[in-house]
Amino acid sequence: MTGTGAIAILPLMILGAMPVVLMIAISIRRSHRLTAFLSLAGLAAAWRTLWAAAAVAPRQVTPLLIIDRYALFYTGLIVLATFVVVLLSYAYFEHRSRHPEEVYVLLFVAALGASVLASASHFATLFLGLELLSVPLYAMIAYRQQRKLPVEAGVKYLVLAAASASFLLFGMALVYSELGTMEFGRLAAAAAGGLNEVVVLPAVVLIVVGIGFKLAVVPFHMWTPDVYEGAPAPVAAFIATVSKGGMFALLLRYFYRTGFRGYEPIIAIFFIIAVASMLAGNLLALLQNNVKRILAYSSIAHLGYLLVAFLAAGALATTAVTFYLVAYFITMLGAFGVVGVVSAPGADAGDLAEYRGLFWRKPVLAAIFTAMLFSLAGIPLTAGFIGKYIVVAAGASRSLWALVVILVVTSAIGLYYYLRIVVALYSGSEETSPAPHMAPVAGVALVILTILLIAIGVFPGPLIGAIHAATAALG
Amino acid sequence: MILIWLIAILLGGGILAALAGRWSATAPRWIALATVTADFALGLSLWAGNAGRIDLVPGNGWLEQVDWTWIPQFGIHFHLALDGLSLLMLMLTFFLGFISVLASWREITKSVGFFHLNLLWVLAGVVSVFLAVDLFLFYFAWELMLVPMYFLIAIWGHERRTYAAIKFFIFTQLSGLLMLVAILALYFLHHASTGVYTFQYEDLLGTPLSPAAAIWIMLGFFGAFAVKLPMFPLHSWLPDAHTEAPTAGSIILAGLLLKTGAYGMLRFVVPLFPGAAREFAPVALTLGVIGILYGAVLAFGQTDLKRLVAYTSVSHLGFVLVGIFAWNQLALQGAVMTMLCHGISTGALFALVGALQERTHTREMDRMGGLWSTIPRLSGAALFFSLASLGLPGLGDFVGEFLVLLGAWEAHRIIAIFSTIGVLFATFYALRLVAQVFHGENRHGWRLADLAPREQLAIGLMAVSLLWLGLYPRPVFRTFAPAMHRLQAAAAREATP
Repeated sequence: MTGTGAIAILPLMILGAMPVVLMIAISIRRSHRLTAFLSLAGLAAAWRTLWAAAAVAPRQVTPLLIIDRYALFYTGLIVLATFVVVLLSYAYFEHRSRHPEEVYVLLFVAALGASVLASASHFATLFLGLELLSVPLYAMIAYRQQRKLPVEAGVKYLVLAAASASFLLFGMALVYSELGTMEFGRLAAAAAGGLNEVVVLPAVVLIVVGIGFKLAVVPFHMWTPDVYEGAPAPVAAFIATVSKGGMFALLLRYFYRTGFRGYEPIIAIFFIIAVASMLAGNLLALLQNNVKRILAYSSIAHLGYLLVAFLAAGALATTAVTFYLVAYFITMLGAFGVVGVVSAPGADAGDLAEYRGLFWRKPVLAAIFTAMLFSLAGIPLTAGFIGKYIVVAAGASRSLWALVVILVVTSAIGLYYYLRIVVALYSGSEETSPAPHMAPVAGVALVILTILLIAIGVFPGPLIGAIHAATAALG
Repeated sequence: MILIWLIAILLGGGILAALAGRWSATAPRWIALATVTADFALGLSLWAGNAGRIDLVPGNGWLEQVDWTWIPQFGIHFHLALDGLSLLMLMLTFFLGFISVLASWREITKSVGFFHLNLLWVLAGVVSVFLAVDLFLFYFAWELMLVPMYFLIAIWGHERRTYAAIKFFIFTQLSGLLMLVAILALYFLHHASTGVYTFQYEDLLGTPLSPAAAIWIMLGFFGAFAVKLPMFPLHSWLPDAHTEAPTAGSIILAGLLLKTGAYGMLRFVVPLFPGAAREFAPVALTLGVIGILYGAVLAFGQTDLKRLVAYTSVSHLGFVLVGIFAWNQLALQGAVMTMLCHGISTGALFALVGALQERTHTREMDRMGGLWSTIPRLSGAALFFSLASLGLPGLGDFVGEFLVLLGAWEAHRIIAIFSTIGVLFATFYALRLVAQVFHGENRHGWRLADLAPREQLAIGLMAVSLLWLGLYPRPVFRTFAPAMHRLQAAAAREATP
């Protein structure tokens, strides 16, 4: 590895070094404030080095990693999201956990994993990134181990994630046995000579299982509502955004670089997954009374929408997917941020009843939550609206009418459960329950997210331009 | 620039009203009143300023326009433009906005500031819909105007407000999304044939489409507008939303939101897809007539006053649909006239019913009767607007419906005959309303306060404007005539490729 190669992976190296720095800092002085501050500084440093890395991009660093503008864009997104999660975690864990400091160590490992996924160009990095992302999450989900729900969720995630990872490994092994390479770039060339369907088809299906689990798309979604409900709100926000975003970045790159995307069975499989996710996510959410579970099902549906754009392929599709992910990141972070603020110290606020009349007690908080829910529903002035517009446009540009119509109809169904929460927020004016206390850190994070949400919703031009440039390499 | 101001004043006034609501319950009302008055004055000055040259405007025929690039990557523009048709719709919007602020003066006591924020913002959304000539911007405004309306119903509505608000939202959102798909299909087909990505209305006019594509895309637009209009059988959200909304909400729903549907048909459906629209016209005309009769029959069967008035809207908007799809000059003039007059007369009826509910705390007609003896002024006003609604000559509604019938007679005799029966039905429900509520003996011993000066002002203004529209509608016809000519020319141009 040369010097420029080292510069290219500088952001990853900082993310990788931070857990060590934090552990040393914790051993010297156990202070929540200091740890959180160091984490923010580390993320800021990683953010700063993105430009240095961009100057030498695109660059293949060993056969394992490719640092191009696409990878850097997603790394930047992951860093920013982690930044917000740190702010939310600080507010959340301050009064809830006696030793909250180690959360940040785990958080950095997971963020590193997601960034590695975004830059992976080899099956080995895919697997490494996946495990780096998954293993800390087991602990983060069950971090409040004195309560039953988080531990149950953590164990559930552990079992299923480990199982799906082994599916993925098996699939990779099959591909390797057939094509003799594990580099994405060379898979395409190796496959050009004709594929042995008997081996490749199962291999691809197994890989899809592994990826599908992380994305929580139907039929690999079973864990989602339980884990979202059990996990502490900031951790749920992390799972919903960074974990899925990193995986989707990989999915795009993997299927575009290897040329598997044009492979008929793949299209059929993803078509079915997309339709099933949109339908199941939206319909099952109708039956829920728990806000965290509603958000879980809603995220399943949103991944289904993303797959519609993924299936559309082409330059518009990569822009659409990336833009939608940005909007989705902001929205989910904001929504779970509000959940974290509303929650009493005992258990996370799940039941719809706990949100009743929030507007009359905490107008700003309720307005923020409303904005987030409207963004999820795709109402104008929010980033979610532009996101949905671009996804529909991507589908329409390739005449995927069936998918587009299903998207439209299911998202209209989805409106119902978003509006149910909104109705609860604004119902009944004379409530006696005390107003939740909003920590200033969380307040600042939420206000910034809301401003971003609306700014992108009204002036999406610059962001679209940046995404265009970043995803151009992918084609 | 003045077009931006029209919207910005409403948005700014809304924020100001919300802020003022923290200190006082009266300040937001005055701020809202000042805001709509300012916009009304601006609108009047626009109208007066253009009165001399309204049919002389060269080129594309916009009296005023603003065109900014918004999202360059997709060829999206922030393009507002005004012609005679949208000018009249704006005047109606500001007028009814003024009335709804007055109508909610005493009715709304809960978080007054936030109420007026929503009220002014829904007006801003409606204004943007009437002005947008970039299809993306149009869709943006179309969806955006739902949100404040949803809050108006969901927070300040009556007993079943949650149900009504959600139903309203989902109906319009689903049909709106289908319109988005249609807009995008048109956008990509336009690109396929010209190589240009654009949402601009004028560029999209005359996009060559295969007949099959044209009919599907046209249906996407038609569906969204038909739900708003509302056209039978897509009307089922309307009675609930109108009934459960607070008075100001009902006035805006009936007076303005329904008109956006009709406006969309006039502005987009027929000019963009003339061939498909012509092919589809018999279906639309039939559904329009069914709406006229069905709405009238159901209105006759209601016991809830607000529901009754709501169903009359289904009936009257059926005339508009017939007028639009008969597509000759008389029928079109009639359709626009009906849009304006229905806005005023139904708005007035909702204001009166709201005033009545404020006093009696019920909307059940069975619990009323003989109210004339205790509230003569309110009763007289109700009689006046019921007569307007049934189409008494001399009042605006008559002019509109009569012209529609004349135009329909030229186009399709049978449609005209059945529509005329609808006018007859209107007599039944309007007179039943008056007879049951105001005439007869005051069995329940109601003793109520008559119209306050504030209410008299609102009702009086509406009555005068209806009389004006009925007796001397020429200025109005002159204002929208050039716009309609251009729409007809656009429609005719592409009909013969």
